[in-house]
Amino acid sequence: MKTPGFSWFKYASPQNFYFLAGRMWPWFAALSAVLMVVGLWISFFVAPVDAQQGQGYRIIFVHVPTSQMSMFIYLVMAGWAAIGLAFNTRLSGMMASALAPTGALFAFLSLVTGSLWGKPMWGTWWVWDARLTSELILLFLYLGFLALQSSIDDPRRADKACAVLALVGVVNVPIIYFSVIWWNTLHQGASVSMTSAPSMAAPMLWGMLIMVLAFWMYTIAAALARVRSIILDRERHTEWVKNAVE
Amino acid sequence: MQWNSLSEFFAMGGYAFYVWGSFGATALVMAVESLLIHVKRKEMQRNLRAELQPNGIQP
Repeated sequence: MKTPGFSWFKYASPQNFYFLAGRMWPWFAALSAVLMVVGLWISFFVAPVDAQQGQGYRIIFVHVPTSQMSMFIYLVMAGWAAIGLAFNTRLSGMMASALAPTGALFAFLSLVTGSLWGKPMWGTWWVWDARLTSELILLFLYLGFLALQSSIDDPRRADKACAVLALVGVVNVPIIYFSVIWWNTLHQGASVSMTSAPSMAAPMLWGMLIMVLAFWMYTIAAALARVRSIILDRERHTEWVKNAVE
Repeated sequence: MQWNSLSEFFAMGGYAFYVWGSFGATALVMAVESLLIHVKRKEMQRNLRAELQPNGIQP
């Protein structure tokens, strides 16, 4: 007996997911815009000046979200890759490819904003220490994923190869996260952790959390919007695509 | 409110280049990415429509 209602398997089909994504991404984009406005307002007008770093610390409100997203997106991408390898679902590879460019951009922004923060506070744009180097490796993993994807013509084979690359590279994410504990580094430790009270003023913390949430919503909107083009491209010879573009 | 004047706000306590550079770079990258996603979608639709046209017959 089949019960009507929501089924995850229904949306594992690219066709159904195409229309679902089309309905969902504008909502995530709108939510991101609203959170971004609130987050920026807190970042600049509510959060007090920092005792040690003056106004320069405000870089935290973009540095933390971009850095965190660069790592989270990789985990989600590797998760899709694993599902694709295990169940041979077509949509998984498409989602992984839709997430990779956004992840790469956030890894890049993490390095840029970190560099702009490092110069006034540490006196240098760049040091070859564990945190910075492992984040750079993350950027290279994303770029490797994208290069591998575009170098294999058959998309299903490309998905498989990229899935293996994504899964091998996932070991780098915990290395980035724990690098500030495992090695001596210029980079400060986590300001917010699950085991202790956050070591920062409440408005700073709220600003950061809302910005992180805004970047989450942005990422979901970007990935959903991008996957629609990927789906159209790969399903171009099907009847439903013909009807969808007319 | 953390600022006494607009110029004080833009000066960011002497960190203007670093703070505005960070926020500016992030905003620019996100805007360009959104635009590229939009362009890619339009391009894909155009290509598919062209592909679906029977040869020689115009709509």
